[in-house]
Formats: sequence, C-alpha cells, structure tokens
Amino acid sequence: MSVKEKTEFQPKIVAFCCNWCSYAGADLAGTNRTNYPANVKIIRVPCSCRVNPIFILRAFQRGADGVIICGCHPGDCHYITGNYYTRRRMTLLFSMLDFLGIEKDRTRVEWVSASEGGRFAEVMTEFTNDVKAIGPNRKLEDLRCKAK
Amino acid sequence: MQSEIIKRTVELFNSEEIVRAIGWRKGDFDYDLNPSIFKSSEDLEKNFVYNDFSSANLSKFLIKISQKEDGKTLVFLKSCDTYSFNSLLQEHRISRDKIYIIGVPCEENLDPSKIKAALGEDVLSMSCDGETVTVETLDGTKTISKSEVILDRCLACKSRKHVVYDELFGEEGEVLDSKRFDQVEILENMKPEERYSFWRTELSRCIGCNACRDICPACTCEKCVFDNRDSGVENKVATNDFEENMFHIIRAFHVAGRCTDCGECSRVCPEDIPLHLLNRKFIKDINEFYGNYQAGDDIETLAPLTRFDAVDVEPSIVKTRENVK
Amino acid sequence: MQKIGVFVCHCGTNISATVDVAKVAETLAKEPGVIYSTDYQFMCSLAGQNLIIDKIKELDLTGVVICSCSPRMHELTFRKAADKAGLNGFLLEMANIREQDAWVHKDREEATLKAVALGRAAIAKVALNEALIPGESKVTKRALVIGAGIAGMQAALDIADAGFSVDLVDIEPTIGGLMTQVDKTFPTLDCASCILTPKMVDVQQHELINLMTFCEVEKVEGYIGNFIATIKKKARYVDPDACTGCGLCTQKCPTKNVLNSFNLNLDNRSAIYIPFPQAVPLVAIIDAAHCKKLQEGKCGVCAAVCAPKAIHYDDCDKLVENKYGAIVVATGFNPIEVHAFNEFAYDQSPNVITSLEYERLMSATGPNGGTVLRPSDKKHPKTIVFQQCVGSRDTTSRGKTYCSGICCMYTAKHAMLTREKYPDTDVYVFYTDIRTPGKGFDEFHRRAVEQYGVHYIKGSIGKVVPMSNGNLKVQASDLLMQRQLHIEADLVVLAAAMEPDKSAKHLAQQLTASMDNDGWFTESHPKLRPVESPTAGVFLAGACQGPKDIPSTVAQAGAAASKAIILLIKDKLKGNPCVAHSAENMCNGCGACANVCPYSAITYVEKEFRMPDRTTLIRRVASVNPAVCQGCGACTVACPSGAMDIFGFSNKQIMGEVDAICQ
Repeated sequence: MSVKEKTEFQPKIVAFCCNWCSYAGADLAGTNRTNYPANVKIIRVPCSCRVNPIFILRAFQRGADGVIICGCHPGDCHYITGNYYTRRRMTLLFSMLDFLGIEKDRTRVEWVSASEGGRFAEVMTEFTNDVKAIGPNRKLEDLRCKAK
Repeated sequence: MQSEIIKRTVELFNSEEIVRAIGWRKGDFDYDLNPSIFKSSEDLEKNFVYNDFSSANLSKFLIKISQKEDGKTLVFLKSCDTYSFNSLLQEHRISRDKIYIIGVPCEENLDPSKIKAALGEDVLSMSCDGETVTVETLDGTKTISKSEVILDRCLACKSRKHVVYDELFGEEGEVLDSKRFDQVEILENMKPEERYSFWRTELSRCIGCNACRDICPACTCEKCVFDNRDSGVENKVATNDFEENMFHIIRAFHVAGRCTDCGECSRVCPEDIPLHLLNRKFIKDINEFYGNYQAGDDIETLAPLTRFDAVDVEPSIVKTRENVK
Repeated sequence: MQKIGVFVCHCGTNISATVDVAKVAETLAKEPGVIYSTDYQFMCSLAGQNLIIDKIKELDLTGVVICSCSPRMHELTFRKAADKAGLNGFLLEMANIREQDAWVHKDREEATLKAVALGRAAIAKVALNEALIPGESKVTKRALVIGAGIAGMQAALDIADAGFSVDLVDIEPTIGGLMTQVDKTFPTLDCASCILTPKMVDVQQHELINLMTFCEVEKVEGYIGNFIATIKKKARYVDPDACTGCGLCTQKCPTKNVLNSFNLNLDNRSAIYIPFPQAVPLVAIIDAAHCKKLQEGKCGVCAAVCAPKAIHYDDCDKLVENKYGAIVVATGFNPIEVHAFNEFAYDQSPNVITSLEYERLMSATGPNGGTVLRPSDKKHPKTIVFQQCVGSRDTTSRGKTYCSGICCMYTAKHAMLTREKYPDTDVYVFYTDIRTPGKGFDEFHRRAVEQYGVHYIKGSIGKVVPMSNGNLKVQASDLLMQRQLHIEADLVVLAAAMEPDKSAKHLAQQLTASMDNDGWFTESHPKLRPVESPTAGVFLAGACQGPKDIPSTVAQAGAAASKAIILLIKDKLKGNPCVAHSAENMCNGCGACANVCPYSAITYVEKEFRMPDRTTLIRRVASVNPAVCQGCGACTVACPSGAMDIFGFSNKQIMGEVDAICQ
C-alpha cells in the first residue's frame, strides 16, 4: 500500500447481511477470491427484516461512516416476506435521514442473492467509494463514545 | 355548548350508564385546562370546561382505564381525537364496549402562548366569541382577532369529521383539504445542509422532558425503549446531540404509519420544537410511496409498515426522486 | 464474570497467508472477558476440536469465539464440540475471517486489522449469548413428491419402499414426465418406454404411493417435519376411479383436430383423450378449451358412449390440504422456445424442428408410427442437419449461459439412429465442443463418427433459408477447415437448451427455497449437500436443480429420497432455538408483530398483571409458538417497545457487534 493510500480517508462501513442470501453471497465472493475494500465489516442477521433502525443509528453514533443492509431479492426471502418489510422500513428511514439533512449516500439497501458473489463485491466497492467521496460522518457521530 | 354537554353527561351518570367521565378540568386560569377524570356528576357540573382551550386529546387516558375492569367510561372527543381513538382501538389498547364517546364539535383551538405573545404575559382571563378574543390583563381589557391566535395544528386541520362516536354534539363534519404538508415541502426544497442546520437548531433545544412522548396517543408502550435499561438505547441524564437525534428519529419511526397527525407533540413541547413535522414527513412519504393512508380512519386497514406490496418502491427512491432536493 | 476463549484458525495457509493469525490471537487476548487466546493450524480438525474441548474444561470457559471460516461452513461442527465439552453450543460464536476477510483482501495489514475487528464483534456478542436448548417438534410421516417424471417416480418409489406414505403430484394428466416423449436412451440405445413404463406401473401399484395427477401445488406452509400443502385437483371431467381407459370416448369424440401436445403438436388428437397408450393412470381427460359440450353446451357424445358413466361435465377444480414431513421437488426441465433464433428459420419452415420433436418423429408412438418423415410433405429426409447448443452457452439475452449437458449425447444418438435406420441419409452435426464426460459416453460419440459416418463439423449454421419445395438451404461455417458450407437439407434439427419447468418459480416461492439466476433450485451446499435445498425438509431430485441426464437424475432422486427417509424415520425433530420471544411486562398487545409474522407464529392471550398498588390489570400480550417461529426477526422491528426479541440475535447482541465494529 502506498503512503498516499494510507493517508486517504478510510471509512468504517457496517454491512448487515441476511444469513440466507447476502451473507452466503459474501461467502461466495470469498470462495471466488473477489476483492472488495476491507472497510466493510459484516454483521450476520437472520433476515434483513431483523435490522432495526436503532442498529443503524447506533452504528452512526459509534462512528460508522456508512451502513448498508443486504437481503435476498424481493420475492426470494427465505422467510417469505421479510425483505418486503425491510424495503418499506428502510425507504422511510432513509427518507427521514435525508429530511434531517444526513447525506443520502451513507445508507443503502441492496438485494444480493447467494449466487451473486461478484455482485456483492461490486456493491461493497461502490458503496465504499460513495462513502469515501462524502467523507467522514460528523453529523450523527457521538464523540462521547470515543472518549473511553 | 358546555352546559348542554354537562346536562347530557349528568343524565348518563344518573342513569348509571357511565361511572366516570374523562374531560377537561378548570385550571388556575380558564385558558389553562387539565385533562382529568370526573367520578361524579357533581364534580363534572362544577369543574368541567369545554371551550376554545380544550385542546388536550383525551383518547390516550382510556388505555389504563380500560385495563381496569369496572364500568363504562365516558370520553369527550374532538374530531381529530377520534382518529387517535380508532387507532388505539385497532391496536387493542382500549376496549370499545367499556367506553362511551361523546363527539364534541371543534372550531379551532386557541394558543394561549400566541395570545400572551401578542398581548403580554399578565393575563387574567381569556374568552372568545367566535371572532374576537377578549383578554383581561393587569393593564385592562384587550382584544385580538381569533384568526391571529389559533393553535398551529388547527391551522392545518385535516378533518372535522368524527370517525367514531356514540353521540355527537353539533353537525357531522367533513374531511378537509388541509395544507398540512406545505411546511414539509418547504424543508424538502431546502439544500440538505440547510435542512441539517434547521433541525440541529430545533432539536438542540430538546431538554429531554419526554412531554411529546407522554402526550402522544400513538406512543403508548407499557415501557418505552428509551426508559428500558436493557434496550441498549436508554436515555441517560446527560443528553447530547446524538441522543436528541436518536430519540426523535426513533420516536417518529415508531409512530410512522400509526400517527394520526393530532399535533399534540408540538403543542406540548416546552421548547416549541416542530416535532409534528417529523411525523408529517413520514405521513407524506407513506402517501407518496404506498398510497394515501390516514391512521385511525378505520380500524380494518393495516398500518403501512405492517403490510407491503410486491412492487413497492426501492429505498433508492430517496436518492432518485425529484421532489426532494 | 466472563471467561472467554478465543481460537484463531490458520486454515492451513488459507487464512494465515493473508492474516497475521498470531497477532490476531495476541490482540484479542486483551479484549475484556477474554482469558485465553491462541492460534492453531486447523481448528476444525479432530486435534483442533480437542484443543477447544480441553480448554473449555480446563479453564471453565463461559464463551468461545472461533476465528475461522464462515459459520455456514462449520458453526455446527464447533457447537457440537462445545456441547461435548459441557458448554452449551450457543455460547460459541464464529468470526468469519476466511471467506469474508483473508480471501477477499490482499493487504496483510488491512486483513489482520479486519480480523481483529471481526473477532472483537464476536467476543462482544458471545459475552451476551445465552445457553439455548432446542425445542422439539413431531414429524408427520408422509412425504410429498412434486413432479412425477423419472426423478419424482424414483424418489416416490424409494420413500414408499422404506415404508412411508407418499403423495406423488404431477401437473400433467399422466405420470412419466418428459421421458415418456423420448424414443431411445443413450448410451445404451434401449427403448425409453421399455424402462420407463414398468416403473410407471410400479408407482401406480405401490400401496403407499397416492398418485395425484393433473394436480398443482398451490400453497405450502409450515416447516420441516410439519409442512401443510394445499393442492389443486384440476377438473378432469372424467372420474378416474370409474374410467376403464377403454378409449371409446376418444374414438367417438367429434372434435378431432386438437393439436397433440404429447407429440409436440406434430399431429392431432380428440377433445377427450388419453395422453398416450401407456399413460398412468390410464384414464381419459377432457380438454375443456376444445370440448363442444363444455364450450357450447351441446354434444355430450362421450358421456353417451361411456358405459361406466365416468364423464362428469360439472366437474370443477378442488382444493385439498395435506400434512407432510418432507417434500421432494422434482419439477424437471423443458427445452427452451427457439422462436428467437431467427437464423434457423424455425418459425418459417415446418421442416426445422427441435430435438424433442425429432424424438417424437422417431418414436413408435409418434405421429408417423416411428417412420421418420419430414413434417411439410411426409417425405423421407435424405439430408439432415443437426445444430447443437441452440441457446446453450449463449451469453446473449435470448439464450442461457450454461451448458445444457445432454445435447451432445442425444444428438449423437439421433445421428446414429438415423444412419442405422436409413443408411442412405446424410447426417451433419454442427457442434461448439463435444462434451461427453459420462461413463461410456465418449465411446458412444466416437461410434457415431467412426462407425456410423456422421459428419461432425465444428462450427455453426449461419442461416437457414426455406425453399419452395420444402428443402432448406443451410449456410454454415466449418471452423476447423475455415470455410463456408452450403448444404441443401431436408430437415434441420435444433438441440434447444434446457430450462427449468415454468411451475418451479411459484413453487420455490411457496417453499421459500432459493433459486439461482437461471431459475434452477439451489442446493444447500454445492458439494456436500447436493440434494438438500437450503429450506430444511425440502429435497431436490433431478433436473429441477440443473441440467442432468437420466442416470444422474435417477441417482439424485435416490439420494433425495434417502435424505427424506432420514428425516421421516425420526419421531421428533430438534427445532431452531433462535426464535422470537416476547417480554410480557413490556408487550402492548398492539398486534404489529403478528401482522408481519409470515408463519402466524404469534397469538395473543389475556394476561392478569398485579400492579405495585395491588390492583390487577388485564392486558392482551403476544405469545410466540417456538415450534412455528422460524426466527426471521420481522416482529422485533415491528415491536415499538422492544418487548419482542430473538434468542441468538438479540437487540443487545447485535448492538454489541455494532459497537465493537465501530470501535
């Protein structure tokens, strides 16, 4: 890694991935040795509908620069309907964050199936670049959490 | 109107149809009314007030009462309050058969703080004849046009229709074509940075008093997540920027699709934070994305966040739509 | 006090090549609660597992974190090891530092830092884990096999032979599937009917197999061991129990000009018909769209001639609901439509046909009784050109990217059979590559070239131009000789790609079984669990999972059946303990959770609460049925108070991970 790259802003990115599609898609990206930025750290959840808006705000509070939620494609949810709820919830939450003046590119929902290892890597690379472009999260970060 | 309402309620007390009534009780000043339980006709005759300052939405008080097992409770509901009532009914928070609803007509409530702001703090009494507000102050009698001191939420009244009642005073009203999303639109048309600083200015005044939550007829949790030490997001004493954000975003999210837009949150906020705009933003988005929906309109239609459509818009619409900057 | 042990795996060099495992172990040792941290070459090996077991016992560990591969790979392995050591398996968490770290990052420093972050998240989570004990549920001792082709029949026979009742459902009026249309099979060239029809009879006669032909699975609910399927019995207008299959009605039916789908529309049949002479059940069926009685209300000839009075014009679709412990999917495949391939002039000339149509032309039960006559003028074709890979290995939108696997072999079969029956016929085969990896397959193909004199040409048809006499001008390229060929052919046969049956998509949604981009059912693991769907209790047989020939289909059907038997033989199943649960004191009874629950696992009960002031409140509260809940978590977010939470993925656990990652 060059010196220049090291000094570049490295965002913290939390990715919530559903166990059945997206987490498996991420595993497939691994099996296929498809690169994506190490900024992305995955949290496994049973279904994208397990992701509570509180988790997303919590991540931002603790200094995450971007949060992405990945689930099965609509219609393919392992739990039949989970991602349909995710879609509504996140649409409304993201719109609210935008209404509060938070950068739109800090949040994202993507549907990634278990067979889309390549797409998983693409999505993560693109999202990381988007977050890099808008810079560190200052609006939602709670600096007190850094104090310890 | 007040005397007619009292007369009828006393009848209901006497016929043992009801054992208590929830209404507005005379306070220290006649513009300062308190929501209260009247357990006898005597109490009611003496202390019940229904006037332009009977703003409080009484539906939420029915929850605890209907969980207790005795007798029927009468409640007075203005048109906008009836939506909250239906919403609570839909969520099984109250038992319809234990409640007797008297629908009371509403001609816009007045805002005591607007009157004081216009005419000074030393107010002894306020009254309104429908057109003009007459105020007795230490400096003598003053008047002001009613239209200047109407409560903000009533300026954007969504409906004069009582969607549920057992008995109605006055005429059956209609759903109004309100301009209630205008302010949301103004914000939407600002640049994100402007929106951010608008909300920072507003929300940073939050003192964490929880009045908005406590008054809200949709915020009826037995235990609020923000009071629950096990939830991991409990509010601590020393609030900071983030907790204000977190609290108000999550509160708005929790009532999204359930908020009837009664406006109580902003009415009671001691810091005059326009909290109802957060709720209205959700309502506006829901109408736009999932079709018009008015919480409390009926008790059958599922709330928008507990249903879905296979062809719903994707969250990316937030980035691509053109009506929000 | 937490006593957490951390075990960092090298996975040979799979992890250690990119991640400094020693440093990860050393750094994680300093995390709060961690009292032991080490790295080891293969944690999943017996020695590695023993190391974990020994340390749990020796140090009395309260939680274990394994930094290794994906939990999808070895979570169960390690949980079992923990259980063996006396530590509840759910007090173990894995940090995925292989698939999601070492394998996707190149920079050692970055990957090491990420491994530490993932390890920290797992430590934060495990510190909040609770011991969980799986619940038990009963197993319904009955299997549902969907699709009664060779795969479904084999699976049904095997399951029934093991002593379990099977409902075998097929969307068609007869069982047998696509193989009934095949004339001969490769590489043995034995007659397909001769091996298939006895099996069809076996299925029909098996006392534990209940045939449900002309039926469609509408809805599937429930879970492993306890599925509930709603099956639509489509109106047949003929009572299958009364019909003797005499065929008199089909002879007397005045409507004789209905296209015969069994012969791929190469000839006609009557409106009341028996699909083919060996159909099982051998029962007539009325094609409602073409029946005069059903369409116009007048006729009734079939009912008049039917001695056993089997015809019922008032028949209608019926829904039946049944319980099953296991489901085998065997919905098979179909050749793709070739209309989009204009260059082959399929739509312009009746003499351009697909391989399956050629199969019918050759078959004794086909339109010409087995004599190969070209469709336009019933002349013996003298020159036949076969084109392989029509839509296979095709990256354009009209085709499929995959190899359909069987076309090389059946084209060789067609070529060979043609040359054997009609030695005066010139046979050309245009191929992309010849792929013949099965047992005896390459020898078979070589026989076609060497003994039967079939002209194999690497290349492709560029254009087919129909001529007025019915012949076809074929312009093709020979890639090896680098020249253009012009052939005047009597018949062009297209080896169309395979695609999943149309019914599979709806079924997959009902079963919540995943499909790949092409619509084939996905297996739980491509190597180690090839016949299991990721949905527990659903097994995959045959070509519904991907292109397959008959031997592989039968083998896979047997494997799927044995997996189903392994399930059905159990009396009780251990459930997934990671289910939702509601804290009654916080529950509002608002109903939001039940509204979003896809399994109807949540009900409400009236509950008395003693208040601090000694009064009693009655409140409606949610109650989760752990046997029905699948643990998706939709309810936890719908619940505003946070009363609803999930074991194993609790709000606090997930927030613990969030905090650790953002640290």
